[in-house]
Amino acid sequence: MKVAVLKGGRSLERQVSLRSGARVEDALAQGEHEVIAVDAGDDLVRRLKDARPDVAFVALHGADGEDGTVQELLEILSIPYTGPGVSACRRAMDKAQAKQEIREAGVATADWVSFSQTAFAELGAADALDEIEARLGFPLVVKPARGGSALGVRFARSRDDVPQAIVSALSYDARVVLERYVDGRELSVGMLDGEPLPIVEVRPRDEDRYTYEARYEIGRTEFTCPAELDAADEEAVCEAAVGTWNALGCEGFVRVDLMLATDGPRVLEVNAVPGLTDTSLFPMAAEAAGIGFEELCDRLVKLAASRVAAR
Amino acid sequence: MAEAPDETHNQDDLTAAVPARHRRAHTTARDLRRYAGLFAQRTSVMRSSAMRDLMEITQRPEVISLAGGLPDTSTFPAKSFARQMTKIAQESAAEALQYGPTEGFQSTKECIRQVMAAEGMRPDLDDIIVTTGGQQAIDLVTKTLIDPGDVVIAEAPTYPGAVPVFCSYEAETMQVPMDSDGMRVDLLEELLDRLAGEGRRPKFIYTVPTFQNPAGQTLSAERRVRLVEIARERELLLVEDNPYGLLRYEGELLRSLYELDGGDYVIYLGTFSKILSPGLRLGWLCAPPPVMAKVVMGKQAADLCPSTLGQYFVAEFFGEGHWRDYVDSLCDHYRGRRDAMFEALERYFPAAASWSQPQGGLFCWATLPEFIDTTDLLARALRENVAFVPGAAAFADGTSGRNSMRLNFSASTEDEILEGIKRIGRVVNEQVDLYESITGTGSHQAIAAEPPGAGGEVVPMRRKESG
Repeated sequence: MKVAVLKGGRSLERQVSLRSGARVEDALAQGEHEVIAVDAGDDLVRRLKDARPDVAFVALHGADGEDGTVQELLEILSIPYTGPGVSACRRAMDKAQAKQEIREAGVATADWVSFSQTAFAELGAADALDEIEARLGFPLVVKPARGGSALGVRFARSRDDVPQAIVSALSYDARVVLERYVDGRELSVGMLDGEPLPIVEVRPRDEDRYTYEARYEIGRTEFTCPAELDAADEEAVCEAAVGTWNALGCEGFVRVDLMLATDGPRVLEVNAVPGLTDTSLFPMAAEAAGIGFEELCDRLVKLAASRVAAR
Repeated sequence: MAEAPDETHNQDDLTAAVPARHRRAHTTARDLRRYAGLFAQRTSVMRSSAMRDLMEITQRPEVISLAGGLPDTSTFPAKSFARQMTKIAQESAAEALQYGPTEGFQSTKECIRQVMAAEGMRPDLDDIIVTTGGQQAIDLVTKTLIDPGDVVIAEAPTYPGAVPVFCSYEAETMQVPMDSDGMRVDLLEELLDRLAGEGRRPKFIYTVPTFQNPAGQTLSAERRVRLVEIARERELLLVEDNPYGLLRYEGELLRSLYELDGGDYVIYLGTFSKILSPGLRLGWLCAPPPVMAKVVMGKQAADLCPSTLGQYFVAEFFGEGHWRDYVDSLCDHYRGRRDAMFEALERYFPAAASWSQPQGGLFCWATLPEFIDTTDLLARALRENVAFVPGAAAFADGTSGRNSMRLNFSASTEDEILEGIKRIGRVVNEQVDLYESITGTGSHQAIAAEPPGAGGEVVPMRRKESG
């Protein structure tokens, strides 16, 4: 098949996307596919029209690539694409909305509140901070509603940290999410065509939290896959991941990040276009299931093609 | 030295059709563990960062970048460049394309002596080694002097490109605050006493005394004398990095540490990057003979010799006798840009911000209210298509200087500078307003405070110092 690999773009995760994309290109080129590499820019649509690929492999992370924008364009051009559709992308990208829908579907997620930047300026949202803090407790996690790779995520250990953390988070998006900190094991579940892959446990070394740096550097974070969990926990975690998949109407593949607390898992977020770099979790989980990277990319392309055929 | 640490590092052709490549098809988790087991210990401190990935976006054409450290090479006359290179091709092709001596050509050293003489220094030709840019000079000094765990002292903030060098040799970098007269030598002495009390002695003190990168400050004449005395009293090496000394737009020439000391305790680093061209990759290092012997061995191991072709060009260019005129024309050029930046900062930055008033060089250092994190601010600023270097890049601990930023004025036009600062000012004001609406504090009352942390603090610079 002729596959256009969409990567780069101008989101803040451009570098990560270029690495994901380059790896996907290599894998697809090793197989039967004709690969066209496309660094997403203002000529994206024209290039896709000229190239007329059979499938677009979306390896764009962050704004435009992961939020349904590119997917919308691909729909208009009638080009089948990997990963979830427009609506699922849009909902997964916004953490506040994703959490809302997940909770309504009966899947546990950490308690949160979410505000727009204008709520502080125009509605005096700051006056509700006492109530918010009373409800969520400390430490609490402050993050941009839309954004990835831990950019702009801050831990507020006390009241004094909150305003600065909000300012930081709002550097990345016009909405901020304040979320109860969940103490527990950090897990990640790759979902491939609706089925959970083996669970990955993430253990940052030393004092490193799971920061942007730790995510993309070999040796900075330790991973265990499959995670060592007892049968009940494993079932609960997989159930949460499948519930999340269904709640958002995902297709193709996504990654669900969650914390396993003593009283069960809490879903934190859904990545509609999970990282596919050398150090990314999704390929690691696939490999643990016996699916090599080349085979994984091939399957994702075929899934995309068949999905459209079925429509 | 003081070259931009943020050059494009992406070599991929991003849009070409992909042929079946011979390089690895993919890396498995097992490969990763295998590589992780092979990496040297020192690589664990060589970190890529969110900041570096953000910096890559600053390269886009629509972005007004005040982030780089690039000189403006567009004014170099193409005709004279063509004439000089043609002469080399016609008269010395074989030699210019050949290896050369590790220390560099005598002819290059003669040119270096002219440059140093312009600032009052008269080194022996034997005390000079030509390096691959000033950056290699920093690397060679560190490689020669530092064992893992040794202490290096630098200014706070320090040249962002020196930080990864010190890290890669596993030095412990301690930083001494600056004010508008450069490094606080009184605090340096306190630090040295404290270290002595712990039985530790730093190997060298790295300083950019003139038009410092990134702070833009210049070490005062009195402090220069005192710093050299300290080095002599305690038998420490000073590494004087001076890429910008000749780019002076006002004020009097100050004596270099190298001249004051006579070259016993001072290692001097210079470069052609800012007065001629960074593309030449030619810098130099002057050191006492015993140090030089080791540096030469290090240089030989690293790359055998500096660029021969580049050295031929330098000799040809200096041979025409107008190098000083070219530097003067650069100064005129940059002076206007610096003044445009001052004007824009005055107009668009909030009252709670402060910034340095450099008399030369390429950079201005601005300090914002402490609740603003300039790495996050950069993400916001990039949405407005403008970029700067977040202050944390200039600190070895990666956390100090978070409310500061480095602004370059050499690589953008005056109009771009005005527009760029206007956009940055807008997002800064937006964050100040937001913070105030969250905390319920008065309008724009926030005061630029120094970030905490021993050895990593910046003394706020006076907003309107003379000069």
